[in-house]
Amino acid sequence: MSASLEATTREVCAACGRDRTRLMDIVRTLQERLGYIGGDTAAALARELGIHRVEVESMVSFYAFLSHRPQGRIVIRLCNDYLDRMLGADEVAAAFEAELGIRFGQTTPDGAITLQHVPCIGMCDQGPAALVNDVVVTELSSDAARRIVRELRKHGDPARLVTRLGDGNNAHPLVRAMVNNNIRRRGPVIFSPMVRGEAIRKALAITPAEVIRAVKTARLRGRGGAGFPTGMKWEFARAAAGEPKYVVCNADEGEPGTFKDRVILTELPDRVFAGMTIAGYAIGAAEGVLYLRGEYAYLRKYLEDVLARRRADGLLGQQICGRSDFSFDIRIQMGAGAYVCGEETALLSSCEGLRGDPKNRPPFPAQKGLFGRPTVVNNVETLACVTKILEEGPATFCELGSQGSPGTKVLSISGDCRSPGVFEVPFGIKLSEVLALAGGEDALAVQVGGASGQMVAREEFDRTICYDDLATGGSIMVFGPDRNVLEIAESFLDFFIEESCGYCTPCRVGNVLLKERLHRINAGQGESADLDYLQDLAQTVKTMSRCGLGQTSANPVLTTLKNFRVTYNALVRKRTNGLVPAFDLAAAVGAAEALVGRKSEHAHA
Amino acid sequence: MSATVEFTIDGKEIPAQPGQTILEAAQQAGVYIPRLCWCKGLVPHGSCRVCTVLVNGRPQAACTQPVAPGVVVENNTEKVTALRRNIIEMLFVEGNHFCMFCEKSGNCELQALAYRFGITAPKYPYLFPQRDVDASHPDVLLDRNRCILCGRCVRASRDVDGKHVFDFVGRGPHKRIAVNAAARLAETDLKVADKAVEVCPVGAILKKRVGYAVPVGQRQYDQQPIGSDIEAAPAGGR
Ligand SMILES: Cc1cc2nc3c(=O)[nH]c(=O)nc-3n(C[C@H](O)[C@H](O)[C@H](O)COP(=O)(O)O)c2cc1C
Ligand code: SF4
Ligand code: SF4
Ligand code: FES
Repeated sequence: MSASLEATTREVCAACGRDRTRLMDIVRTLQERLGYIGGDTAAALARELGIHRVEVESMVSFYAFLSHRPQGRIVIRLCNDYLDRMLGADEVAAAFEAELGIRFGQTTPDGAITLQHVPCIGMCDQGPAALVNDVVVTELSSDAARRIVRELRKHGDPARLVTRLGDGNNAHPLVRAMVNNNIRRRGPVIFSPMVRGEAIRKALAITPAEVIRAVKTARLRGRGGAGFPTGMKWEFARAAAGEPKYVVCNADEGEPGTFKDRVILTELPDRVFAGMTIAGYAIGAAEGVLYLRGEYAYLRKYLEDVLARRRADGLLGQQICGRSDFSFDIRIQMGAGAYVCGEETALLSSCEGLRGDPKNRPPFPAQKGLFGRPTVVNNVETLACVTKILEEGPATFCELGSQGSPGTKVLSISGDCRSPGVFEVPFGIKLSEVLALAGGEDALAVQVGGASGQMVAREEFDRTICYDDLATGGSIMVFGPDRNVLEIAESFLDFFIEESCGYCTPCRVGNVLLKERLHRINAGQGESADLDYLQDLAQTVKTMSRCGLGQTSANPVLTTLKNFRVTYNALVRKRTNGLVPAFDLAAAVGAAEALVGRKSEHAHA
Repeated sequence: MSATVEFTIDGKEIPAQPGQTILEAAQQAGVYIPRLCWCKGLVPHGSCRVCTVLVNGRPQAACTQPVAPGVVVENNTEKVTALRRNIIEMLFVEGNHFCMFCEKSGNCELQALAYRFGITAPKYPYLFPQRDVDASHPDVLLDRNRCILCGRCVRASRDVDGKHVFDFVGRGPHKRIAVNAAARLAETDLKVADKAVEVCPVGAILKKRVGYAVPVGQRQYDQQPIGSDIEAAPAGGR
């Protein structure tokens, strides 16, 4: 083993206090420096941290952005989400392959560039998009792909690929991204003017219990998908025994078609960090963690700077607003490409330097979360709402939205519509109204709530966006009259197969089996009995899975079976001659026919 | 003993101690809840999902779910059994299980569950994965074709043997069992007497040179179905 590898490993571990729980930061840094985390590195790391090499390998092999094999100094990760493919990602992929002379999953012979596919990177309104190391490139075309490769071959610097800057803070010197916010509708809660520091001062003027009461009075529910009442969650964490307590902001945003948290963090990070600080005050925590998905690494420096400025202004750190009894600080934990880490207990595993496996519940995070201590995990938007509630009082918040779902919701709308982007709308709005806002009136189907959500048919476009009807963490994908809903459902299964953590049987195996049968149907080889088979299998995956991923991954199948039955019926065949439609007799006897030199009578009857 | 918690499984009153899991309490009361990844003496894993019961109508893994007063648990009902059968069939098609020439036959918990549930052939298509066999160790064979990813060996090695010989790598369908070495089991400090070797429910970890000491037909689950010991010995069998 090389002495330099040993020395580099030692240095990186030392910088992280040789703390095993910081393994994510350690391997991310090591990968930047060494290119990959090979067996030798894993062994050196294990020695340095006092753990076993297989533990390091177990962790590294979990995350898509970490590699145990050598890869290029530059990694191009092209999003192959269905939405991006609707925008031409397949042609872009072909152009990359042709220009580089390699296939996806390969590295150029000179070791310069690796080509990979990634699921949704949160740029669906400006696709096709890719990550070139940490740099986001959007609105790609075949030409752009060829140009990118030539540029990279010339100067090798991904940052120089950014030739135009996006709107708003995307042009900030610490961001410098070509990403656009595309904020199409600003509502009165999230995208409203704010006086920095006001919410915190108002919170600190009342007791923690009163802060929680304000959040409860506002009837705020989680914006991340599950919709749990925020005040109740905080109350549990406040009451739970154990110190220290933690506040974690979930910025993993991996649900396909969701990109609103990216925009909130770009434009209103102060509102989010204020919400975290208020949560810290309410539950008695001194430490907060922003878990930022690896795909959004380009925002990191900028967010670090926002945190530094808050510290300088007394809004974060020691003795906030001069209060000797309240200190709270926030650090950023990067993810590394794993959708399941958006699931709150998987996110905590990841923060602890482990594989992103969800944890068994109970205990719940509010009782035993990060490092076994009481922890509140909230979505970016939820925490931004908290700030608004403290600024203006719960009554103003409750006036917005519907009875069961007060407030507004930030939607990210993409697909077949004239103005894809981010929309802040009141809860209770009809899906048809949402479509009118985005210019997607002639949709055939709308997937509400991301890949794990529901495929809604035209007949149901008068349903409303709220917790009691069409719940969504923000993702609205519009599919026009020419789209094939069953092909879309199949692509969602591909996503879940790759993103399942593999811990439990129904999700690890069941999604593969669902895909096999749906694929067979889409290929015109399904039979009517396959529909009952799919229903039973999907129900098993949904009922028996351990976490929210498997409990929702069959939804594309279940909701299309319900809402697009006619489409299925048109594809499946009845059994003829006692043969299953998937069995191609002519092909099966082909080799034998060639051998004996004559045609089978039965096969060609 | 602390105060007891009462709840019902399929209508039967079950007494339990606070902090017990539903699976433990059931077992103590002579009710068998099928399970695979659970193993006496190891921390519960909650991964196979075979032990899933309905608690007040909600699916929960009995091996991790704590008892609660008054809850109504469904275990041996048509609905639950059908779901469990599907899980067991998934495990069969996920790996390469050829019972007729597996040394574990008759002592295998997966096979025994299939018999108990009356599964003769799975309705799902076989996935025929490519998996590695590691025969490097002098006394132990690791055949990943039969691994059901239950994690018993991982927990036993880590928590009982204090070694961490095994762990999982990869995720989703690519998840597999790995060993704490550059390549092979022989390079680890695994010993044949380790708990990790003993706990494998299937024929994935086998001791060498003891094969067929007991003839097929006279083995544990050839004698009586899996779970019968628990059902025959209420208040015992822990
Ligand atoms: C597979 C999966 C992925 C998830 N991804 C996210 C996510 O990216 N962001 C998020 O806020 N919540 C996500 N959630 C929901 C979280 O588990 C959790 O409910 C949420 O962060 C709680 O915050 P809230 O109550 O403020 O919504 C996900 C859940 C599952 C099951
Ligand atoms: S349902 Fe199971 S396999 Fe799927 S992500 Fe959750 S714990 Fe992992
Ligand atoms: S080798 Fe055996 S004990 Fe280990 S995970 Fe596989 S089946 Fe379970
Ligand atoms: S025995 Fe409970 S999940 Fe495996």
